[in-house]
Amino acid sequence: MALYSEKVMDHFRNPRNVGVIEDADGIGEVGNAKCGDIMKIYLKIENDIIVDVKFETFGCGSAIASSSMATELIKGKPLSEALTLTNKAVVEALDGLPTHKIHCSVLAEEAIKLALKDYYEKNGIDYDRSQFPSCESCDHCCGH
Amino acid sequence: MIYLDNAATTKMSETAIKAMFSAVNEVYGNPSSLHSVGQKAAEALQNARETIAGLIGAKPNEITFTSGGSEADNQAIISAARLGEKKGKKHIISTAFEHHAVLHTLNRLEKQGFEITLLDVGEKGLITADQVEKAIRPDTCLVTVMYANNEIGTIQPIAEIGAVCREKGVTFHTDAVQAAGHIKLNVTEQNIDMLSISAHKFHGPKGVGVLYAKRGIALTNLIDGGAQERGKRAGTEDVPAIIGMAAAFKEACENIENDSLKVRALRDRLISGISKIPHSILNGDPTQRLDGNVNFCFEGIEGESLLLLLDDKGICASSGSACTSGSLDPSHVLLAIGRVHDIAHGSLRLSLSAENTEEEIDYTIKAVREVVEYLRSISPIWRDLVSGKKEFVIKEA
Repeated sequence: MALYSEKVMDHFRNPRNVGVIEDADGIGEVGNAKCGDIMKIYLKIENDIIVDVKFETFGCGSAIASSSMATELIKGKPLSEALTLTNKAVVEALDGLPTHKIHCSVLAEEAIKLALKDYYEKNGIDYDRSQFPSCESCDHCCGH
Repeated sequence: MIYLDNAATTKMSETAIKAMFSAVNEVYGNPSSLHSVGQKAAEALQNARETIAGLIGAKPNEITFTSGGSEADNQAIISAARLGEKKGKKHIISTAFEHHAVLHTLNRLEKQGFEITLLDVGEKGLITADQVEKAIRPDTCLVTVMYANNEIGTIQPIAEIGAVCREKGVTFHTDAVQAAGHIKLNVTEQNIDMLSISAHKFHGPKGVGVLYAKRGIALTNLIDGGAQERGKRAGTEDVPAIIGMAAAFKEACENIENDSLKVRALRDRLISGISKIPHSILNGDPTQRLDGNVNFCFEGIEGESLLLLLDDKGICASSGSACTSGSLDPSHVLLAIGRVHDIAHGSLRLSLSAENTEEEIDYTIKAVREVVEYLRSISPIWRDLVSGKKEFVIKEA
């Protein structure tokens, strides 16, 4: 199908890092079923490094591909680097997404940030709140 | 490739291709020209008009050729609205799950001061003549109800609705795009005043359709210009497409009984196989539905990814999920029959033709089961449902 790039189709057909980490150090879930997209990211963190990451996604092809690509981009990386991941980087790594699918990459970025926030809060680590934009400021999830 | 998207469009039949091809080669004249080449085209056009009229119980001069179902729907509704307006009647009755060609035209009329009543289609996606009768008011100028729904395939009691409208003196239009060539139509016996047809839904060419309007109903032009189609639809006629449509329609109508038996058996085999997938539900009525229509919702998954994976397995299908509609909301049809958003996103429509085989159906059942299982295995919603954290919307019987 010409709707998506080869890269998107590859990550959709053979998603990397699918699954669950039972003893995850941080979990982030974004989206809602009403909109047709939910992403859940699980992080395993050791010495400020993301040693493992898994995801589960309910959503369209680009949502699954965005989750897969985003997990690849942060796996093995220090937290400081994962925090700078943008949806734009996910889109570029996927060789682009159709305009009306960009929100899928935003969800991936948000899910990772939420998982990192969860890790910081669980462990009582202070963090820069400005790096975590609130959901209300974003209009990507059909206003919910 | 297993083609199960015949409600979207069909492959042209050999008969239609031959008729159209020879028309392209031989009937190149403009039917409005006085010379013999033009008159040959005019004659071919008239033959096609007579063929189609005869197949729906209409008169040839009640047939207007259009660019397809959408144009026919637009013209029918706008014409009835303009006629009503002249008499101070500005109320229109329709249903909540019409095709957008109807709903968006009604939206436009609403902005122009018309009042629109959309009848509730219930969980099965069916309305009754009684509902229509109760909704008719002294200022009702039009009732427009689709013959068969394009997504869930439910067939409405058209003759009964037509009888009610006739008794009350209200114009009755039906969008018969999904029905034509698949169900026997007779505008006289079924009390239909206006009816829309699209050729590519019955193995004819794309970009051509028919608006039947009963004698005496003055049509409003959507396209102004020359005097084609009794002055009601300007533009040189697409003669080859119209000839192709007439050939396809004749063939489809002649085969209705045989095809119907065959396709219905395939449909029921497919429904029975897919029903075995846990937490799945058939959309629409199990029997009052088009022979070729199968539509299911699966809990915990999203339709677009389902379609892409089925395509990888060589199966062409469609879905009413938001991601496939290009909007944020899932199909208005599924919402109209009361499916909640979460469930409507996980819908699958498989629409059959007489060309499909039992082997294809069995392969499809297996493929759908595999893909649904896989997508559920990576879905966080499914995990929450299975672990009891969330409650299933589609319960197991």
